[in-house]
Amino acid sequence: MRVPLSLLRSFCDPELSTDEIASVLALSGTEVERITELGVGGVENFVVGNVVELIAHPDADRLRVCTVDVGDGTNRTIVCGAANVAEGQFVAVALPGAVVANGMKIKLSKLRGVKSEGMICSEEELGLGSSSDGILELDPTEGPAGRPLGEVLTLQETVLELEITPNRPDCLGVWGVARELHAATGAALSAAPWDDDLGSVGSLDGLVVDLDAGCGCSRFTARIYEGIDPTVPTPRAIKAHLIAAGMRSVSAVVDITNYAMLVTGEPMHAFDLDRIAGGTLKVRGSNPGEVVEALDGTSYELNDSDVVIADADGPTSIAGVMGGARSEVSDATTRVALEAAVWNGPGIHATSVRLGLRSEASTRFEKGLAPVMAGRAQAFASKLFELIFACAPNPGTIDIGQGEGDSEPIQLDPAKASSLLGIEVEASSAATTLSRLGCVVEQAGPLLHVVPPPERLDLGRAVDLVEEIARIDGLDRIPSTLPPSATGAASLSDAQRIRRRIEDTLAGLGLFEIAGWSFDSPRIADRLLLTESDPRRSAVIIENPMSAEESLLRTTLLGSLLDAAAHNSSHGIKRLGFFEIGSVYIPASSQSAATEPPRIAGLLSGPSRLPTWRDSEPPSADVHSGVGVLAGLLDTLRVDWSVIASESPEPFLHPGRAAEVLVNGLTAGWIGDLHPQISDSVGVESACVFELDLAKIAEAVPAIQHYQAVSGQPAVLQDLAVIVPRAVSSGEVVRIALESGGEVLESVELFDVYASPELGEDVVSIALRLTFRAEDRTLTEEDASAARALIVNQLNLELGATARV
Amino acid sequence: MIDQIEQLRNSAEAAVTACSTVADLEEQRVKWLGRKAELPNLLRGIRELPADQRGPAGQAANQARTSIEALIDSRTSELAAAEMLLNLATDSVDPTLPGDPQPVPGRLHLLTQTRREIEDVFLGLGYAIAEGPEVESVAFNFDALNHHPTHPARSRTDTFYVDSETLLRTHTSPVQIRSMIDQPPPIRVIAPGRVYRRDDDATHTPQFHQIEGLAVDEGLSLADLKGTLLAFAKAIFGSDREIRLRPHFFPFTEPSVEIDVSCFACEGGKSGAGERCNVCRGAGWIEILGAGMVDPNVFAYVGDHQPAYADRDLQGFAFGLGVERIAMLKHSVPDLRLLYTNDLRFLRQFG
Repeated sequence: MRVPLSLLRSFCDPELSTDEIASVLALSGTEVERITELGVGGVENFVVGNVVELIAHPDADRLRVCTVDVGDGTNRTIVCGAANVAEGQFVAVALPGAVVANGMKIKLSKLRGVKSEGMICSEEELGLGSSSDGILELDPTEGPAGRPLGEVLTLQETVLELEITPNRPDCLGVWGVARELHAATGAALSAAPWDDDLGSVGSLDGLVVDLDAGCGCSRFTARIYEGIDPTVPTPRAIKAHLIAAGMRSVSAVVDITNYAMLVTGEPMHAFDLDRIAGGTLKVRGSNPGEVVEALDGTSYELNDSDVVIADADGPTSIAGVMGGARSEVSDATTRVALEAAVWNGPGIHATSVRLGLRSEASTRFEKGLAPVMAGRAQAFASKLFELIFACAPNPGTIDIGQGEGDSEPIQLDPAKASSLLGIEVEASSAATTLSRLGCVVEQAGPLLHVVPPPERLDLGRAVDLVEEIARIDGLDRIPSTLPPSATGAASLSDAQRIRRRIEDTLAGLGLFEIAGWSFDSPRIADRLLLTESDPRRSAVIIENPMSAEESLLRTTLLGSLLDAAAHNSSHGIKRLGFFEIGSVYIPASSQSAATEPPRIAGLLSGPSRLPTWRDSEPPSADVHSGVGVLAGLLDTLRVDWSVIASESPEPFLHPGRAAEVLVNGLTAGWIGDLHPQISDSVGVESACVFELDLAKIAEAVPAIQHYQAVSGQPAVLQDLAVIVPRAVSSGEVVRIALESGGEVLESVELFDVYASPELGEDVVSIALRLTFRAEDRTLTEEDASAARALIVNQLNLELGATARV
Repeated sequence: MIDQIEQLRNSAEAAVTACSTVADLEEQRVKWLGRKAELPNLLRGIRELPADQRGPAGQAANQARTSIEALIDSRTSELAAAEMLLNLATDSVDPTLPGDPQPVPGRLHLLTQTRREIEDVFLGLGYAIAEGPEVESVAFNFDALNHHPTHPARSRTDTFYVDSETLLRTHTSPVQIRSMIDQPPPIRVIAPGRVYRRDDDATHTPQFHQIEGLAVDEGLSLADLKGTLLAFAKAIFGSDREIRLRPHFFPFTEPSVEIDVSCFACEGGKSGAGERCNVCRGAGWIEILGAGMVDPNVFAYVGDHQPAYADRDLQGFAFGLGVERIAMLKHSVPDLRLLYTNDLRFLRQFG
């Protein structure tokens, strides 16, 4: 909300600088988002002038050359283009050195050959209105010539832009803010502007209002003013405040409604009583398809969740959002029905958002105003009608709905307040603070009985009052204490610790961690070539996504990796290594919740190593590079793992370069080269990708390592090359070797794979280094050879392998 | 015989002395001392000598053999050393060529780095780390946290819905509720995680990360909250930081505050050159998180599900901070979206 500082000071002036006031407000809970200085610069160069003589410009039809008395004994020549300038007029003059509201600096100049020693200003140039049609005409009583213009007009204003928290709609009016300032500083607060109401309660003739129950209107009030002179202007001070608050000055009647809102926080609406068809207003829910032409000239189509104010000819206002064009006041209006109502906040919010129509009224109503505010606005508006039009309201007030009922006192125990805040709260000072905020406080033994002011709907419990005491007395008085530990030592859970280890290991292996979006596109399933029955096609779907492209939650991290690859590849970066650890979202079959298993996924593309002078063309990263990364990760974690060629490869992988990752013999994920169709679409030549289930990995990490005796016996190394059919996987060869080598076989390492026509068609030679060791004796070459023979025999039996000689 | 031995010895020593390579010396070793050489032959002949000559002859032969061996050994080391010197002189490389590259390390994402830093502070303060689902019930995300049924945050313009009862959590605060329902007081827990709101502009992404904190016990106070968050601010932003509390509003805490930390980039809003600090925008304080004392209505909700919270005079505090905000402040990241573009040139700079 924009608060003109001079208006705020007129209710409560703590005699502090603007910055100090902003700081006081901020530290008591009203955030000051911005401080803006409005109006003119070089204010001493603005004076009242009297047009002594007026002649036509010799070279320009539309310009006039004015001789203006500015009170210093020397008349000034000022060229003026306004049509309404006239001899004898009192005008606002900007002399050289003045800066008008649009930032233009006034200098001595020549206009079409005639010197001009200043400017006669329009309302707009003074920052006092939007009218630039002609110059601003002053009243002769505002003279004499030479009087500083600042004595007559508000030429400068400071505006505080406040962020009012949703619990404080009472501060959506300047007087509410003034009370905050009063409470926080103790500076005197003026009487409420709605005190001494000129209106009266009781029935009101000339208007019938019918309020449908359940349409979200907690209070509806109206008064009638007749015999209004539509030519009466809005007083300049009010106009200046409205403009500073970001509103336009429209007409005196409309300006009254807006000014009452600015001060009280309660939006009002003025109907031209003669244009209310049938003299009846009906407040009701809207009908679907109903169209209202609002004051902004736009027609809005409503649905069945909005509220309208209708007359005999149909809806005339969108309740709480904007009045209608049909019954708006005009320059012919002499009879006004002035309405102040309080509407259901969320309903107004929904209507305003759906229609894309936000107004000063809707932004206030959506916060949920207190019913008491409608009556206050009516009372203050009556004073303004009296002030501006010398017009009292007709007897009576329409007042339907909730009254201002008494509320029960809240019992506040200062001891409890002390315990909650960690600082001694004394009953007497608490009482003072709460009284300044408008509460009625009575001391009852150790307790305070507190009745909050009726507009403070947020104060209903003792704890709410404790907050008031804390924020007004100053949170800076609260000490800093560390509570004693109550829950003992804290540490990461095993799963959290393992996750960190995985992150660190993958980064250490050269991969960069990415942060992908949980959102994915419905097109991802086709992009990943998933089959129709693939469970990953079933995703958690968002009903109201930002866009269709972000309308579901990912069921694999692969999409995020591909996005990162595409982005970097499009920037010419060829060597890519990424990982992400994050959740995928699997819709649960029952209920509506989802499971969110965390996954580990990675992507490698481009040269597998940095090229060097020794190795200027390292191979491109492929499934073998990826398996190397997995080995680095899973061996670090001491997980028992292996890969086996996929029988049914993932659809997004190259079918001949895909594998399943097993942990403790069970599937825990997949790895392989990206299907060429997909790598093409990402813009990389090829890439290896993998995804593992974090929970399955974490479960397989052994908790504690127990000491194994370190053998003092020497090892015997023997090499074995076997020829096997090409279709046999090396993983199988190693596995069988490990299983058949007996107790003395310690390890098997594959160190060469070789194929050549001399070996035969469709066979490869696989070379293994076998390490043998016995726990209890020095193994002989003969012992080792016997074990080796067992391996050869088993490989031959299971795979048809033959040992190379 | 002895003369013969002496002669052999002289010849051998002369030949060995004349050798100029290690290989020649090996030849001489075989020639004079090898299995078929003369000296060993002579030794074998000693058995046939008369008994009184055997001793002196054997002695002479052994002396000769030892002497020749010693000479060969010493010449071998001399020549080997010389040969190595020669080899080293010719075996030279350009040591200024680039070294063999080791695997280039990758990096953790800045968000992970920041999350861990914050987690570690609270682990040190005795807080366990809890997790909760991102696809959350409306009940835990809003109802339990004292959001009025018509609270605007519930609106479909602000919050992603999966169905009328399920949404993408808009904050990590529902983990407060889950933690309390799971365990009786006292509680010290933080909950990091992804959250979602329907916002997308320069300062908002529809997905971001928060860390929630919750402490529940008897007698915990706002002063305890302040002390805890002061410890946090000092750990993350530097030991000479101060914090201040500003009143604010959150539905699930009362009183509610926002926490500002004194600017780490300037003194009182002015940079070294006296210009307005562009980190705190001249305020001298930077807003870092929201916090407050747990609202009694939250305990009441939990009490309906977990009797350990029913009808007890519990007091607690809670706080929630944005990981992105802390990361951007601390590392001068100008645009939130950089954190989600996954550009390697960005990723390389952190972690």
